Amino acid sequence: MNPKPKIAVHKFASCDGCQLAFLNAGEKLLELAQLVEIVHFVEAGMVAPDQTVDIAFIEGSISTPEHLDHIRAIRCHSRFLVTIGACATAGGIQALRNLADADEWIAGVYAQPRYIRSLATSTPVSHHVKVDFELWGCPVSTSQVMAAIRQLLFGVMPVDEHDKVCMDCKRSQTVCVMVTQGVPCMGPVTRTGCGAICPRFGRDCYACYGPAENANSLALGRRFEGLGLTSEAIARRFLFINNAAPVFAEAGRRWSGADD
Amino acid sequence: MTDSREVHINVPVMARVEGGGALALTIRDGRIDMLKLQIFEPPRLFEKFLEERNYEEVPDIVARICGICPVAYQMSAVHALESVFGISIDGWVRDMRRVLYCGEWIESHALHIHLLAAPDFLGFPNAIAMAEQHADIVRRGLRLQALGNRLMHLFGGRSVHPVGVRVGGFHHAPSPEEVATVVHELRAALPEAEALVYWTASLDLPDDEQSFTCVALRHPGEYPMNEGRLVSSGGLDIDIENFDSHFAELHVRHSTALHALLDGRPYLVGPLARINLNCDRLPESVRRVIAATGVRFPSGNMFHSVIARAVEVFYALLEAIRLLENYALPKRPFVPVTPRAGSGTGCTEAPRGILWHRYTLNGEGFIQSARIVPPTSQNQARIEEDLRVSLESYGLDRNEQELRLRGETVIRNYDPCISCSTHFLRIRVDRQ
Repeated sequence: MNPKPKIAVHKFASCDGCQLAFLNAGEKLLELAQLVEIVHFVEAGMVAPDQTVDIAFIEGSISTPEHLDHIRAIRCHSRFLVTIGACATAGGIQALRNLADADEWIAGVYAQPRYIRSLATSTPVSHHVKVDFELWGCPVSTSQVMAAIRQLLFGVMPVDEHDKVCMDCKRSQTVCVMVTQGVPCMGPVTRTGCGAICPRFGRDCYACYGPAENANSLALGRRFEGLGLTSEAIARRFLFINNAAPVFAEAGRRWSGADD
Repeated sequence: MTDSREVHINVPVMARVEGGGALALTIRDGRIDMLKLQIFEPPRLFEKFLEERNYEEVPDIVARICGICPVAYQMSAVHALESVFGISIDGWVRDMRRVLYCGEWIESHALHIHLLAAPDFLGFPNAIAMAEQHADIVRRGLRLQALGNRLMHLFGGRSVHPVGVRVGGFHHAPSPEEVATVVHELRAALPEAEALVYWTASLDLPDDEQSFTCVALRHPGEYPMNEGRLVSSGGLDIDIENFDSHFAELHVRHSTALHALLDGRPYLVGPLARINLNCDRLPESVRRVIAATGVRFPSGNMFHSVIARAVEVFYALLEAIRLLENYALPKRPFVPVTPRAGSGTGCTEAPRGILWHRYTLNGEGFIQSARIVPPTSQNQARIEEDLRVSLESYGLDRNEQELRLRGETVIRNYDPCISCSTHFLRIRVDRQ
């Protein structure tokens, strides 16, 4: 019998919420442990960060000098490297510091800033090493992660779900909140995967799954202007959970006037 | 007799805790020479980027501080903001917020008991290895955890970073049919939750009585979640607004989370502190089960935390059933709010203990400053104090492997949530 494939789950700067895609999986977690050997997953109690693995899942953004060495080492001994969530894939909400003077922020709030070792920026994993597959979402869901594992174990690259949230609303016959209530919904530029939970709750999507394919952020921003939003309010819509994703960062710069 | 050896214990990566931490310990001449719970979780600067955001964005931002207790962050935030706007919440919204919080307590406690803590008490490296010999126990835990998630789904659409909470209430009210299904599942799980309490009480827990100060919220009529005064086992009884006059935060070199002290001394927050100070607020049915276990609260044995968690899981199931069994759709699931300038404080009982927020807003409802004091940073000084006392009473002459495991067990018993302990806290007092 072939040995079980090995997987690892690594954490960088994050809230630990994407690791819950595993820890909240219920009985599926035990099923997963039958299919693969989980060799490194600190929160679950497995510590072997340097072991060679078939799939390394990365949660969190790169935000300290130690992170740089650590992610390169992981890349060297992982066959597939898959990012999970907005932090690892796009720098996370904490990438908002990239737009500010991070040293000033740290000096402004820590009594002893010299104790703090932190990079000026929070960046996605793909800025530092080759990433084989990115799972977007804040947080990713159990079904996204399990589907990716199944597909990789079958030897195919996982399917990249990059439709817009609007498509999910149509499929589930959810009434459009922008059309009926005039709320500034980010659904038209946001990647599907969440199940359109915000519009189904009658509220605006806030783009926690990142940009969809061919996201037309300019047209959506203009629509928001038509709804009466100020350009600062439009910029804040884009500069949120996935603020450093290039399409959203560019839209944020445009509407905040940083491009003028 | 003195032990002349020098022992260095270094746990560079703490397993089965949430977030990045380490333990460093030096024993010299039979006594602890150096002991540090190191927190190297990188700061993510939440309080800074809350500034200049609109109040409506706050629940979605603060959820991201912690994937395991996002509801706690949302609850402390909305209560603080509502106090700025001068609105008080009652009726349907108040009840359903409590139900949502029950969901988070059930999920977080069940996860900690089974996936993080129990392997220590049963002698396994992790819960997956434990499941090979204790399948029924682990599966029962996972089912209870899933039920907690189910409650959060009902009001939040998902259990990690739920999307249903807004200032003034909820975006959405679930249908009576959905609620009836969940109530049915909650009822069916009651025997399992009760059995969980007995099971935790039957564990071979270290018997380690210590003297420490407990801090929790206290409410006149109910077990505390969203409201109450801040009380301690040392007689403190203050409004949450007056936190700063008794509690101080310090920045130490070995931690990116601040240490908090109550009148200069370490203190405990979390399930054991809560139950020690509020056992009389539990319903008779829960107190009967506690009495049958033989465990008495208040308890000075820190390891009774795991039993306190199980009791709170059982209580949260009963409380959610009580609040949902006569569920009816509200006219509107929220109270409309009008922003105004001012400052406001919110303090709620996160699964790991009190979570204190304070915001200052301008007249348009934009955040001018934010301050957040999470439970784990409050427990840090207490954990270090406990480690010293526990390891000394355990016996410093034991071998390194035993000392290391006991040290880790002591830390994990607090269910530290290191990711959320680390973000910016403004410092008023610098006593370095």
